Amino acid sequence: MVVELGQFALILALMLAAAQSFFGLAGPALDRPRWLAAAPSAACGQFVFVALAVVVLMHAFVADDFSVRYVAVNSNSALPLFYRVTALWGAHEGSMLLWILVLTIWTMAFVASARHLPAAFAARTLGILGLISFCFLLFTLTTSNPFARLIPAAPDGNDLNPILQDPAFAVHPPILYMGYVGFSVSFALGCAAMIEGRRDQQWARWMRPWTVLAWAFLACGIALGSWWAYYELGWGGFWAWDPVENASFMPWLIGTALIHSLAVTEKRGLFKSWTLLLAVTAFSLSLVGTFLVRSGVLVSVHSFAADPGRGVFILVLLAVMIGGALALYAWRAPLMKSAVGFDLISRESFLLFNNILLTIAAAVVFGGTLAPLIADTLGLGALSVGPPYFNPSFLVPVLPMLALVALGMHARWRRGGLGDAGRPLLFALGVALLIGLGLALAVFAHPLPLTPVGAVLACWIILSALIDPIDRWRRHLRLPASVAGMSIAHIGLGVFVLGITFVQSNSIERDVALKPGQAVTVGAYQFRFEGGQNVDGPNYEGFRGKISVTRNGSPVTVLYPHKRRYWVQGTVQTTAAIAPGVSRDLLAALGDDVGADAWSLRLQYRPLIRFVWIGALIMALGGLTAVIGRRQGSLVEPGTVSDDALLGRPGPVR
Amino acid sequence: MNRFLLPLAAFVLLLAVLLVGLKRAPEKSILPSPLIGKPAPQFTLPNLFDNATPLQSDSLKGHWWLVNVWGTWCVECRAEHAVLLQIKQQAQVPILGIDWRDHDEDALTWLAQLGNPYERVGTDHDGKVAIDLGVYGAPESFLINPAGTVIYKHIGPLTMPVWQHEFLPRVSRASVSGA
Repeated sequence: MVVELGQFALILALMLAAAQSFFGLAGPALDRPRWLAAAPSAACGQFVFVALAVVVLMHAFVADDFSVRYVAVNSNSALPLFYRVTALWGAHEGSMLLWILVLTIWTMAFVASARHLPAAFAARTLGILGLISFCFLLFTLTTSNPFARLIPAAPDGNDLNPILQDPAFAVHPPILYMGYVGFSVSFALGCAAMIEGRRDQQWARWMRPWTVLAWAFLACGIALGSWWAYYELGWGGFWAWDPVENASFMPWLIGTALIHSLAVTEKRGLFKSWTLLLAVTAFSLSLVGTFLVRSGVLVSVHSFAADPGRGVFILVLLAVMIGGALALYAWRAPLMKSAVGFDLISRESFLLFNNILLTIAAAVVFGGTLAPLIADTLGLGALSVGPPYFNPSFLVPVLPMLALVALGMHARWRRGGLGDAGRPLLFALGVALLIGLGLALAVFAHPLPLTPVGAVLACWIILSALIDPIDRWRRHLRLPASVAGMSIAHIGLGVFVLGITFVQSNSIERDVALKPGQAVTVGAYQFRFEGGQNVDGPNYEGFRGKISVTRNGSPVTVLYPHKRRYWVQGTVQTTAAIAPGVSRDLLAALGDDVGADAWSLRLQYRPLIRFVWIGALIMALGGLTAVIGRRQGSLVEPGTVSDDALLGRPGPVR
Repeated sequence: MNRFLLPLAAFVLLLAVLLVGLKRAPEKSILPSPLIGKPAPQFTLPNLFDNATPLQSDSLKGHWWLVNVWGTWCVECRAEHAVLLQIKQQAQVPILGIDWRDHDEDALTWLAQLGNPYERVGTDHDGKVAIDLGVYGAPESFLINPAGTVIYKHIGPLTMPVWQHEFLPRVSRASVSGA
């Protein structure tokens, strides 16, 4: 009975989404102030009912209600309580529900902060958000109802996929969704601006904090997912260019471009139509990603719910939402011309290069992700696109972009080149050369051709991001949160690049078969297999190996890799043992029992791998700093220094 | 031409590609088994209906078999059961059930209540055979030819369209070419 309430709540939410969409769009168009005022109320009501539906489903999981099909397939009475709750988003139906919940949360946040927006503009934005929500609710209710019953009820459940039984998995999907669903607000704001045909650039100012916030969540979500894959899948990789990973990475790349392009639009009124296109594209890529993951069009390790029937539905939704937005763009964008120019060496042109290169990078990922599909469509046979394509081609746009970051951060608006930042930048480059080359050639040694390039660029980015804060500190000037945010985010980028560079160049990986007592050398470390024992858990049986690691004879750590077999689904899972460290990770994973007490083992040394995730988190932190600082700043008075300096040094233009 | 129309045009092109991809999606086997084209693993399992004569993999040669991995604890297997009964009625390929990690009494009750589609059933109490077969999760079905080679594998519940489009054509194609 309770379960039916959940379904009923979802149906009510669908109605309210329709109302929100109708009143939000028709109210301003027909100039009915009362309709206009109804949109926020509908949005609140929708949030309440979606949240209710989520609570009901969660209750079904916690109470082991195996008469609900979704619960029976994804849970089990032996599953610990914590995972029974997170199993909610362990498969397709629940993921969709989570998607909708996150959308309504963003909508609520928008309603709460829309007070100082023009009423008609806010209503239109809500109207677009309502339309998106309506589409997804309709999809969920008609093709992927999480409340469908199973009659007769199953005696027990099929259990949650074991690789999803992990603490990081509990937070990964919600944060990731906060990210790419968050771009829906930028999308809706952009559509509202186009519907109104606004010639000013006010909308860019409103769009910016939402974009930065969503972008920061997405960075966290991707980093968490990568970290989870790293320790849970047990093969030591942190990024596989899997379609599902790409699906979250592409919106992030475009979102990064959007943030930078928004800065130009807001400050200088330039790139208006381009910015709108990026806003539409960022969210469209999120939607296309959902389609790719859910429809079974692309085969992926993540596609736990491939179903072509759902695919047709999502495709229609894509056509309506993205097609509609792009048609609106084709109609309205020509109105948004800007008449100001800028020099080749100016903030504008560097940000333009940033945009072009990031877009190319996203296109490279997009092309690689879709290539197998296109080859199949053209009858060229099966094609597999993996790291050998992605790694080098991604570098083509990204390396020049990284080289321009330091300059772009300090160039002045419109004209005037680098101003007084020239000398510190050169100094930073000198120091970066010293540190970078030292790291690449001396500390880690054995560099690949691009190792010194990556190391030097990373150091240069970090150092030049520090120029501004140090300069202000020396002159006893306040450091506006926006400048701090930008500096932090760029430092994060540098840290990230540093991590990638060395983990790609200097990792060591060995596959060996060892008997108890035997040892093998991996880099500077000695790994010694000490044997193992059988260890059984509540819903699995397992084996735990013991490996002691020494360096130059002195003990470093002891690793306990696991191998488990889960009874219910019969899945075998290897959990690598990881000894984390700031400068390096050491990993050991169990392969197979090769007989006579010997086990095949995969042993790895991965330098600076933590920098990859820490870098991503620092970037996100930078975004949050800028958004929070901006909120506080905007309370004081608009157009003050803090506001003007959003992207760094105050230019000479003012 | 209006350059602002270009994104829309590109999107329409993308939609077309996705649509074609979608049409073809069911043709792809989602997780190809490394066993396909190789001999099925050898096994000896207790016979669910007759304790005295165990079920040996060698005794299966000379016939096409649909090997179906199931269990009474498996939710999807319940949904699949009706399809298996239909396949049995067609009487083209006999079904061998592998009752995976299950209790014999439960299995016998299940078959008595829902009907028995299986020609023979082996009970894989400790799941060893399922591991040899590379079973990812029940239900899973394998098509095995008279020489004992794995021809095709399907993960998840069988449906009549899958049976008719993926399994049967492989059987008839092989008999025409004389394999």
